Amino acid sequence: MSAGPPQLKIADYGMGNLRSVAKAFEHVGVQAAVSSDPAELAAAEGIVLPGVGAFPEAMREIGRRGIGEPIASRAAAGVPVLGICLGMQLLFESSAEHGGSSGLGLLPGTVEPLRAPGLKLPHIGWAHLRLEREAGLTAGIRDGEPFYFVHSFAAHPEPGDLIASAEYGERFAAVVGRGNVLGTQFHPEKSSAAGLRMLANFAAMTTAPATA
Amino acid sequence: MPLKRLIPCLDVDAGRVVKGTNFVDIRDAGDPVELAARYDAEGADELVFLDITASHEDRDTIVQLARRTADEVFIPFTIGGGIRSVADAQAVLDAGADKVGVNSAALARPELIGELAEVFGSQCVVVAIDARRVSGPEPVWDVYVAGGRRRVEGREAVAWAIEAAERGAGEILLTSMDRDGTEDGYDLELTRAVADAVPIPVIASGGVGTLDHLAAGIVEGGADAVLAASIFHYGRHSIAAAKQAMRAAGIDVR
Repeated sequence: MSAGPPQLKIADYGMGNLRSVAKAFEHVGVQAAVSSDPAELAAAEGIVLPGVGAFPEAMREIGRRGIGEPIASRAAAGVPVLGICLGMQLLFESSAEHGGSSGLGLLPGTVEPLRAPGLKLPHIGWAHLRLEREAGLTAGIRDGEPFYFVHSFAAHPEPGDLIASAEYGERFAAVVGRGNVLGTQFHPEKSSAAGLRMLANFAAMTTAPATA
Repeated sequence: MPLKRLIPCLDVDAGRVVKGTNFVDIRDAGDPVELAARYDAEGADELVFLDITASHEDRDTIVQLARRTADEVFIPFTIGGGIRSVADAQAVLDAGADKVGVNSAALARPELIGELAEVFGSQCVVVAIDARRVSGPEPVWDVYVAGGRRRVEGREAVAWAIEAAERGAGEILLTSMDRDGTEDGYDLELTRAVADAVPIPVIASGGVGTLDHLAAGIVEGGADAVLAASIFHYGRHSIAAAKQAMRAAGIDVR
């Protein structure tokens, strides 16, 4: 590529399957580089925050690497940010997980345990998406399309920030967004063609050079 | 409830699919990744790779398989066969696998299940059980290893499934050795016995010959997911037709 290193960055804080996310972007013709360097993230034109694991530990790792501030400042500058799974939950103000912990606070709201009485937790598997409002991230996604989830907690966004929901015991936030700050509770990188479409939609919001 | 899952299984030996395929438009029918990508495109919900390579020297081969699969396949996939330690699991999960399957190593040292669950979370740990019906009036199943060749002393399949779940397994991949390869359908009594006994999802395996067998595994067997190999590899049935048959049986599928 002539444009130099890719400007879409996948934030690495030591938790989660970053390689699958990078490969999924590559599959839709978008170069995305994994980075834990605060300076690189501070210059990114798009940031993906993946993650698997526990919320408090994730915030500690983000703090230890000093990448929370650059992510927040890029978000404030209007750069698209996409949280995936735990990464989406981290965008909110706080989580009740393991006694409570502050999040990045890029979206108002909290993260609470999924209320699914009588059902197994974590919620693992494919669930139908219900589109709640139009958004660039879900362009071309049909109402009812299934996506792949692995989670025990769910975010409680402000009503206007809810883009799509899904159901497991209760109806919960599956896609959230306010302007350039976006998140999916499911794993788009494991949700086949529809998931890849969503990653392509996100990439299109950034100025990352496309290769296809 | 999560949607019921259809899971094609690929038996892999030294990096190649063992059972042949009849897909005329597949460049290399022996390449597990090419076949896996096709199953993803056709609507498979998940994939299982079972590495049946006998030798230990081929550990790198399976990590390479996980890596190459993660490059081309964008649905969850499990790698089983030869996972004996946290380090073995770490290697394939880092390479892009979503779950690991353990069988004989967990029987030899059941603590392995808890160790894997502790490090990676239960959702990453699939305990595979190969069961064979004991002749007699009572429904009892022995546990086998080594591809069904060796019975494990003192293990009964339903009890072992319960113990595996208690130790932290996230799913049970339950294969009937009586039915495997027969195309007579799943051992529904076995599937039901385990599904009713454990609080975690059960994947029915072994014996699928027709599309009706898939629905039966869920409706009658109580399985959360159904696995099949040869009916898809040989091109006799497409994933789409299988999904359609499951839908027609009233099952909510993707």
